[in-house]
Amino acid sequence: MYGNAYVENNGQQHNSLTANEDPIQLAAFEARIAAGDKIEPHDWMPTEYRKQLVRMIEQHAHSEIIGALPEGTWITRAPGFRRKLALMAKVQDEVGHGQLLYSAAETLGKSREDMTNDLISGKSKYSNVFNYPALTWADSAVIAWLIDAGAIVNQLANSKGSYGPYCRALDRICAEESFHLKYGHDNVVFLATGTATQRAMVQDALNRWWEPIMHFFGPSDKMSVHTETLMRWKVKMATNDDMRQTFLDMYVPKIWDLGLTLPDTELKKNPETNKWEFTEPNWEVFKQVINGNGPCNKERLAVRRMAEEKGRWVRRALLSEKAEYVAPLA
Amino acid sequence: MEFTDKHVMGLKDLLYRMADDLLILGHRNSEWTGLGPILEEDIAFSSMAQDKIGQSLALFEILHELGESEPDTVAFTRNDNQFHSCQLVEYPIGEYDFSLVRHFFFDHADALRFEMLTDTVVEPLQMVARKFKGEIKYHTMHADIWLKQLGSSSEEAKLRMQHAINEVFPLALGIFEPSDYEAELIESGIFAGEAELQSRWLDKITHLLTSYGYTIPVLSDTVSAYGGRKGKHTPFLQPLLDEMTEVFRIDPAAEW
Repeated sequence: MYGNAYVENNGQQHNSLTANEDPIQLAAFEARIAAGDKIEPHDWMPTEYRKQLVRMIEQHAHSEIIGALPEGTWITRAPGFRRKLALMAKVQDEVGHGQLLYSAAETLGKSREDMTNDLISGKSKYSNVFNYPALTWADSAVIAWLIDAGAIVNQLANSKGSYGPYCRALDRICAEESFHLKYGHDNVVFLATGTATQRAMVQDALNRWWEPIMHFFGPSDKMSVHTETLMRWKVKMATNDDMRQTFLDMYVPKIWDLGLTLPDTELKKNPETNKWEFTEPNWEVFKQVINGNGPCNKERLAVRRMAEEKGRWVRRALLSEKAEYVAPLA
Repeated sequence: MEFTDKHVMGLKDLLYRMADDLLILGHRNSEWTGLGPILEEDIAFSSMAQDKIGQSLALFEILHELGESEPDTVAFTRNDNQFHSCQLVEYPIGEYDFSLVRHFFFDHADALRFEMLTDTVVEPLQMVARKFKGEIKYHTMHADIWLKQLGSSSEEAKLRMQHAINEVFPLALGIFEPSDYEAELIESGIFAGEAELQSRWLDKITHLLTSYGYTIPVLSDTVSAYGGRKGKHTPFLQPLLDEMTEVFRIDPAAEW
């Protein structure tokens, strides 16, 4: 699962993105992308293209790894064999996505170790949504359904992007995410149609997660020259607003169908514009959370740091000159 | 031969031991999800945990056919003194060396147990033993690779692993705590017995650990950690169960 990448835009203009590039190579590169070609690791690419992709794939990988934490805490508490097995497999998939994406990012020249270090030092970002706590079992159900649904909207768009290794990783990830979505939906259905306690539990979770979900796709894009360039390069495939609309279109009716409500009285689809209208989520909160002040930022990074620290001796041993590589027998 | 009540009780006891071991160790292994020393190991421990929980479920289903309650009820409503798992599986995951060595000792014992059960006279058990054998092969392969690799790496890793072997060995012997029905299990052809299993296991792990450069504590100087099979557990089990059943207990009659 994953939220939208936070594409940095420091007010740079088009010419600063490509100022130092060879115009002939740049034109050929853009022509390939326009023709629908995929760019591969050894192909020529603009410095800024590489930089944005590393940032985006790395953020995506970190999101998978950090995202395993709030859901992972419910593996040991899942009620019954069926849910326990399914949640274990789901969270395992997320860690596997992290592994796949770190490999994709490595093709652009940044090592997994450097990415991990940037994550635990706080230099690299990950999806904001994982800085909120999963307080109850119903939170884990809402995450598996709706956060994964949001991720699919985002990832399906990005899988049509221009960088070959990332697109291939996303194709595989989306196939697995579609199972997560089914698992999450099934889980929410059982709670929403269960006992009074179960219904209250899932409604409460939904109320708490609605704002983070609305934040999930990021604020409206400022349609700058910068954004246009990234869209022309097929690094960014859809605007944040478009993805949010797609998500609302697909999932709000399903939520309402289950007899659940959403904590936004303004939420409705305008039949004239065919667009969803809603109360603008508080973007100041969003910014605060990105900058490290969300309810769980410190805890998430502390857990990751602890895991890195505890595992250091193992990684050091594997790199030892004396270590004898043991070929797997299977 | 015709089964007496004692044979059936012996069979149930055997099934509970195996099912409880797998449930608790599967639960513990799943705690590595998101926290492994490298991502690949998170994923490996999660796979093994899923196999173990799945195997546990299959054994609880056999118990259900023998008249015990539904698997979810049995697994999610008992207290620690009703669990027949050995104490080895309930210890917290600790450091990676502890988890790896526990995995090595337990999985070799379980692989041999399933091997022995492939010709049990109890047909449903014979079927699952055959199925599990194919799964656990990969668990022992994983354990062997790691013990071998770490045994030939840094001094720190070798020391840690040897220390963990010394620490876990007495706990691992608790796997083979005799049941009250050993004679019945053996005479009826249900299971060749814990003593036989322990002897096969010792041969196997002695050979492997020696070849990897480790030493094994002397059996006669070691006190086996018995008690688990009779419901006597360390203080680690009840908190694990409290956590595992936290949601289920909100309403055990609800469908989750």
